[in-house]
Amino acid sequence: MAVRIGVYICHCGTNIAGKVDIAKVVEFAKGLENVSLVKDYKFMCSDPGQALLQKDVEDGLIDRVVVASCSPLMHENTFRKATERGGLNPYLFTMANIREQCSWVHIDSGQTTDKAKDLIAAAVRRAFLLEPLTKREVPINPRTVVIGGGIAGIQAALDLAEAGKKVVLVEREPSIGGHMSKFDKTFPTLDCSACILTPRMVSVGQHANIELMTYSEVEEVSGFVGNFNIRVRKKARYVDSELCNGCGACWEKCPGTRVPRKGNVHEKLSLGPTTPIYMPFMQAVPAIPVIDTETCLYFKDDKHACGLCAKECERGAIDYEMKDEIVEFEVGNIIIATGFQTFDPSVIKRYGYGEIENVMTALEFEIMNCASGSTGGKILKADGGVPGSIGIIHCVGSRDKHYHDYCSRVCCMYSLKYSHLIKEKTDAEVYEFYIDMRCFGKGYEEFYDRLLTEDVRFVRGKVAEVTDVPTCKAEEGKLIVKVEDTLIGNVRRIPLDMVILSTGLEGHATLREIAKKCSVSVGQDGFLIEKHPKLGPVSTATDGVFIAGACQSPKDIPDTVAQASAASSAVLSMITREKIEIESATAEVDEDKCSGCKLCNTLCPYLAVKFDEEKGVSVVNQALCKGCGTCVAGCPSGAISAKHFEDRQIFAEIEGIFSGL
Amino acid sequence: MSFEPKIVGFLCNWCSYTGADLAGTARIKYSPNLRSIRVMCSGRIEPTFILKALYEGADGVLIAGCHPGDCHYQEGNYKALRRHRMLRMILPGFGIEPERVRLEWVAASEGERFATIVDEFTEEIRSLGPLKVRDSLEMVLSEDVILNLDTAMEEGGDANEA
Repeated sequence: MAVRIGVYICHCGTNIAGKVDIAKVVEFAKGLENVSLVKDYKFMCSDPGQALLQKDVEDGLIDRVVVASCSPLMHENTFRKATERGGLNPYLFTMANIREQCSWVHIDSGQTTDKAKDLIAAAVRRAFLLEPLTKREVPINPRTVVIGGGIAGIQAALDLAEAGKKVVLVEREPSIGGHMSKFDKTFPTLDCSACILTPRMVSVGQHANIELMTYSEVEEVSGFVGNFNIRVRKKARYVDSELCNGCGACWEKCPGTRVPRKGNVHEKLSLGPTTPIYMPFMQAVPAIPVIDTETCLYFKDDKHACGLCAKECERGAIDYEMKDEIVEFEVGNIIIATGFQTFDPSVIKRYGYGEIENVMTALEFEIMNCASGSTGGKILKADGGVPGSIGIIHCVGSRDKHYHDYCSRVCCMYSLKYSHLIKEKTDAEVYEFYIDMRCFGKGYEEFYDRLLTEDVRFVRGKVAEVTDVPTCKAEEGKLIVKVEDTLIGNVRRIPLDMVILSTGLEGHATLREIAKKCSVSVGQDGFLIEKHPKLGPVSTATDGVFIAGACQSPKDIPDTVAQASAASSAVLSMITREKIEIESATAEVDEDKCSGCKLCNTLCPYLAVKFDEEKGVSVVNQALCKGCGTCVAGCPSGAISAKHFEDRQIFAEIEGIFSGL
Repeated sequence: MSFEPKIVGFLCNWCSYTGADLAGTARIKYSPNLRSIRVMCSGRIEPTFILKALYEGADGVLIAGCHPGDCHYQEGNYKALRRHRMLRMILPGFGIEPERVRLEWVAASEGERFATIVDEFTEEIRSLGPLKVRDSLEMVLSEDVILNLDTAMEEGGDANEA
């Protein structure tokens, strides 16, 4: 029986009909081959509009459906469902976009009508060759992996665990806690970071539903939504976590040095023990030390002469022979929460970081200011003296076309926090060198207002240079900040004792690697790309992979926590569904045509095409295929077809465009 | 009557087609010479599609994909780039100016850019004039590709009733 195509032309009120001559288009469509009926309606997406095509399908009048209306990105799903309700396979429907890419963008009515005709002819020809596809559903494993154990990962893992779902939390450092564990106070409320973070860390460590893997890295991710396989490398700690009770006898007796013991105050900054066997900080979870083999005397020395920690450990937990361990497990969803790293300011030579003493980064200042740090929270110059004046330079690496165009969102606020803390702890004069003050969060502007009354000097201008070369007596022995004060229109030289660089946030160095493993894209700014910047901030283009925190963009703690909870609730909604529909328009190999060249194996970004040694042909794993069609275009034998985007369907569209010529 | 070029666009679903839709939503006006075909990824676009479009009557072909690094499928746009470079090298052999096939990156947020590209490209093709030497493409296009739907229609729809 011949194909019978039904064409439905939408007026979209006057959105289409105001520019496209509907009557002419209807006449044209009636003349196209294999078209059995043509109808036009004011709003095809309305209930009566959908009913129109649904009834024609039900009545057996047509077996292919073309709707000429808006963009398929808008209503493809709507009409697919209507087609299906009529009793036809939803893939036997196609659309002609005569609104977004036609009536809305052209001026001349005649030309717009001509274009609409061509687009409809193309859709009709395509419709002729459409084939039914089967829907595919897969079950969802209720377990989730969270990659990264900073505050984002902690929040996401706890949310899921509290909901009764199993979570594996993978953290590359020896302890969870992330950057937040390095802070003493948080802006703008100045609540103690450890006081709010530590209980959460402990909960993670104790929760029956959370399996914690610290000092571990995700090596490989395979599979697809609902059914991911994760391979993790648990790096050797050289301390048996079953035996160790975190007493600290090992590092107390350790003779080695990981963080230099000599050198100035700033070089010796550390939160935890400075020995090769160490905990990153004292509230670490798990409270189990790790041996840094780069600096440990036992590993350095071929004769393994040291071994003091093993002798000191009453529980015999030290194991120098420990090896990395590979662990594999299955999960249904992935949350990436790998956080950020701070910009390395040593590339900005004129700020002197790494060259001039007393120029430090924000993170170094955080550690120095932290009560549990090596200075006990005292703010000191490199020589141990108390600074009489401190300058804070904003936007180091951010809002700068040489480095990062974006605003890092947290630097203004943490800089204000520093000013406040410096004022609280010392009598130092404080200067803030800013471009714009960006205090947008809850209570942020109020905090800025408060700082304006705390005798902090705000200088609006981008700092040109930090130097230790004096030009007058007053500058001798000082750091001189050269800046154009744009509010008074003068270039100033301000002599200071210490300079803090408010370094920006950037995606973690390992982010590209982890993104590739999880099939998620990294944007030009170096952060992960979310599914939709407004309406899909925690999901990604890859189903089952969610993102939370600063891996998506620079974020403060409240936003990070909110996003982490959003990601975990998105995962929960997936788990609750139990099953998920996956892409039907995948690629398929015609085994008779395949020459076994394996070219397609290397083209697939999802490793979905594998070579079947026995048959001597390549095979597409339907579950992994996302339907991009790159392998189809690359196959020299034309052996792979892209369902719903087959060569001949596309050729037919091309033919349709020119059928009116 | 002045020459109105016919241009076929192959747009990737995620960036460029969405960008073209955005031009519509924002009611940005551009020349009506382009007819677009949506594919999931610019990596799906085979050189044969372009040759077929030129053979059927296109005076120019626009390929648009996600910006480098932004591909929804990670790296399909790089494949499109390579294929485009290769195609441009062989086009002069058929007497076709390589400028008639253009590759552009258009993000989902770049409606304005999409409109500008279409306008510029239309003017470029207009100045090149109509493509006159389509028949030379018969050398590379197989009979299947040339006849495509005609063959299918002769066979009737039965072949599709899978």
